[in-house]
Amino acid sequence: MLSRVANTFYWMVRYVERADNLARLIDVIQQLLLDSERLDSERLRGFWQPIILSTGDDEVFSSLYDKAGSAEVIRFLTDDLRNSNSITSCIGLARENARTVRDQLSDELWEEINALYLFTRSEEANRLIASDPPRYYANIRRSAETFLGIASSTISRNEAWDFMDLGRHLERADKTTRFLDVASYLPGGAEGVEMAAPGILHWTAILRSCGALGAFRAFKGGIHARGVVDFLVFSKDFPRSVRFCIEKADVSLHRISGTPRGTFSNDAERETGRLLADLNFGSTEDAFAGGLHEYLDSLQGRFNRIGEAIFESYVLMPERIELCDVDGSRSPSALAAWQMQQQQQQQQ
Amino acid sequence: MEMFKGYDPGKFYDEMFAADSAVRGHCAPLLRRFGQLEQQDFLTRKANSELYFLRQGITFNVYHDKRGTERIFPFDPVPRVMPADEWEHLEAGLTQRIVALNLFLHDIYHDQRILKDEVIPRAYIEQAKHYRPEFRGVDVPADIYIHICGSDLIRGADGQYFVLEDNGRCPSGASYLLENRNALKRAFPGIFDDMGVRPVDSYPRDLLNMLHHIAPRRDGDPVCVLLTPGCHNSAYFEHCYLAREMGIDIVEGGDLVVVDKFVYMRTTRGLKRVDVIYRRIDDDFIDPVVFRKDSVLGVPGLMNAYCSGNVALANAVGTGVADDKVIYYFVPRMIEYYLGQKPILPNVPTYLASEEADLKFILGHLPELVVKAANESGGYGMLMGPTASRDQIATFRERILADPRNYIAQPIVALSRSPTWCDGAMEGRHIDLRPYIIYGNEVKIVPGGLTRVALTKDSLIVNSSQGGGSKDTWVLRH
Repeated sequence: MLSRVANTFYWMVRYVERADNLARLIDVIQQLLLDSERLDSERLRGFWQPIILSTGDDEVFSSLYDKAGSAEVIRFLTDDLRNSNSITSCIGLARENARTVRDQLSDELWEEINALYLFTRSEEANRLIASDPPRYYANIRRSAETFLGIASSTISRNEAWDFMDLGRHLERADKTTRFLDVASYLPGGAEGVEMAAPGILHWTAILRSCGALGAFRAFKGGIHARGVVDFLVFSKDFPRSVRFCIEKADVSLHRISGTPRGTFSNDAERETGRLLADLNFGSTEDAFAGGLHEYLDSLQGRFNRIGEAIFESYVLMPERIELCDVDGSRSPSALAAWQMQQQQQQQQ
Repeated sequence: MEMFKGYDPGKFYDEMFAADSAVRGHCAPLLRRFGQLEQQDFLTRKANSELYFLRQGITFNVYHDKRGTERIFPFDPVPRVMPADEWEHLEAGLTQRIVALNLFLHDIYHDQRILKDEVIPRAYIEQAKHYRPEFRGVDVPADIYIHICGSDLIRGADGQYFVLEDNGRCPSGASYLLENRNALKRAFPGIFDDMGVRPVDSYPRDLLNMLHHIAPRRDGDPVCVLLTPGCHNSAYFEHCYLAREMGIDIVEGGDLVVVDKFVYMRTTRGLKRVDVIYRRIDDDFIDPVVFRKDSVLGVPGLMNAYCSGNVALANAVGTGVADDKVIYYFVPRMIEYYLGQKPILPNVPTYLASEEADLKFILGHLPELVVKAANESGGYGMLMGPTASRDQIATFRERILADPRNYIAQPIVALSRSPTWCDGAMEGRHIDLRPYIIYGNEVKIVPGGLTRVALTKDSLIVNSSQGGGSKDTWVLRH
């Protein structure tokens, strides 16, 4: 498969997954606000600031908005095209990637992402965001899930699928840590709210945003920091837990290279294998030893390194490009432009 | 019939109605079937066909629209119908023409007999904007230069067909031909019953067979790719569509690298050799080492591999010389010179501003003529004499005098019309026809072609960039 096409599949799915997660997050926080009584603007800000921070766009937000009230944050995260990580932006990028590999997608798969794109840019969407947000977010989630469902039933289990699966699980692992990290920004931090009543409210919201509340009850964990972290980071079975996602990413990487699992043939496999071992043999003790936020931060750093290593190994291939300089005809500027273009998609 | 009540064929050649408003025999069954539709039903189905294009993403962007609104290319559901014998005539004429054009290109890039015999003045070739003298003596696979040709056909007031121009570089639009048929079949299945409409879906297969035919490596399965400028190109949908239908990879310039005069594509498993490139990038951009240095769309070193015979390009480099409207003037002479035959399809009468007598005539009749720049397309660089202002005419007079080699003039041909749904009524609109001729181990032409329609009342310009739409084209079996 063409390197560029592999990269495109990978990002197409990452952007769909990102939009899906964002829709979950905003919806749950909105619901949560309905449960809370009389929030003054300071408390309100306390609620939203972490959401913006959790998507990593704080600077952009501050430069565009004066205050962090519900209306502003929702607008920023949902359909502000100036925010390249808003739901509307993500769907636009996913669709742009899909358009590039349109020749390899089933008609139904293309139609689903295209329909979702047309929806996010429609008057109807605009109206729903204002009048019935839960329905808007439900639409986004349902369409994202339909997209993945159609993909899983119409894409051959070849490299295209492996790169899609890889993108989906890395994005999902990243977003799960960011959901958990929301707690760190709340007054008192994760440890502070562990036993307190508002803590339960927050942890419940986080579980719900991952669609994990039911599964968590069956897991019989207590709704407190350690129980939730144990589930969302270390669960072997829950499809949004970090460990589960990294396990899947490891499987995909080894299917792509054909290297047996437990060994590695490139940096992406090595980084992933290392992280997987830490998760397989680790526990909540590790997560809280140096502070939850620091732990999650280090996980996110490792996801990024895996992403970079995948890009280096399969898309950039620097050692192979050097080989191509043999006849001296590849002009450096064209190569640089190509690399820059590929990297533009690499927004974490 | 309701929708056609009061339809006025006007003083033009109408594809569906004769001058006395009687329906032409081969259109009668179609008219009957449309007659059975209630207007409301017709409109619902028309809207469905539009939705099909929107959902398939067969759209273009509306500039200056921040939300990125997209529009579809207008599609008119009333097909253009062509009887079998009419098509046979066109097929024979187009085949004759592409064979002659290829002999001509081979000749001017080798011995230049046609110049030595003074059938075409040498200066016209050497001044042609897209002539590539540096490729003289380069052999191309199977001696084919134009593998895919889009020759635009028009019909005059008496129904006679003329060739308006040849597009021998990267003619586009074939995907619309195929998708128009799909959309019409979905929205109006009933009108196809027993009509004996010839299918068009062989196009991608014919295209792939041609690509295989020109592969330099004769052993095994050649690797063919489609080279696109990228997903921001307005024809990107078509590139994807054709690549998918053929089952070949669609590549951008950066996906290809040249090592030791061989072309490879960069895959996740390393470099893979490429044999044939169906390129949808113009000569100017295809290799920054040889042509435009600032092009980031192309592949550095590609021309080196091409001249060494290690990769085939469709179409070949340098075919643009045949698109030059001054060279077009000589195509009937090429047919006689190389084939010893009379041209089956005539050119539109053409005057060359670089010939003294013609120039005098052109300057004396500007308000009656259409003037065209020799190397422009898409309806640009044109003067439509009868509708032009005094200023426009004066401007063109200056331009012609300053650079006569670059201008031709033709009498205005009153293009034939076809009934078209326009805001609540059937009205006649002018149309042309772009067939797609494929030249591999044999000449293949998908029945019909893309019928383009000028949706603006009285307009003769069918280009999509200037308010044009399209129709399905039916060639009947009998």
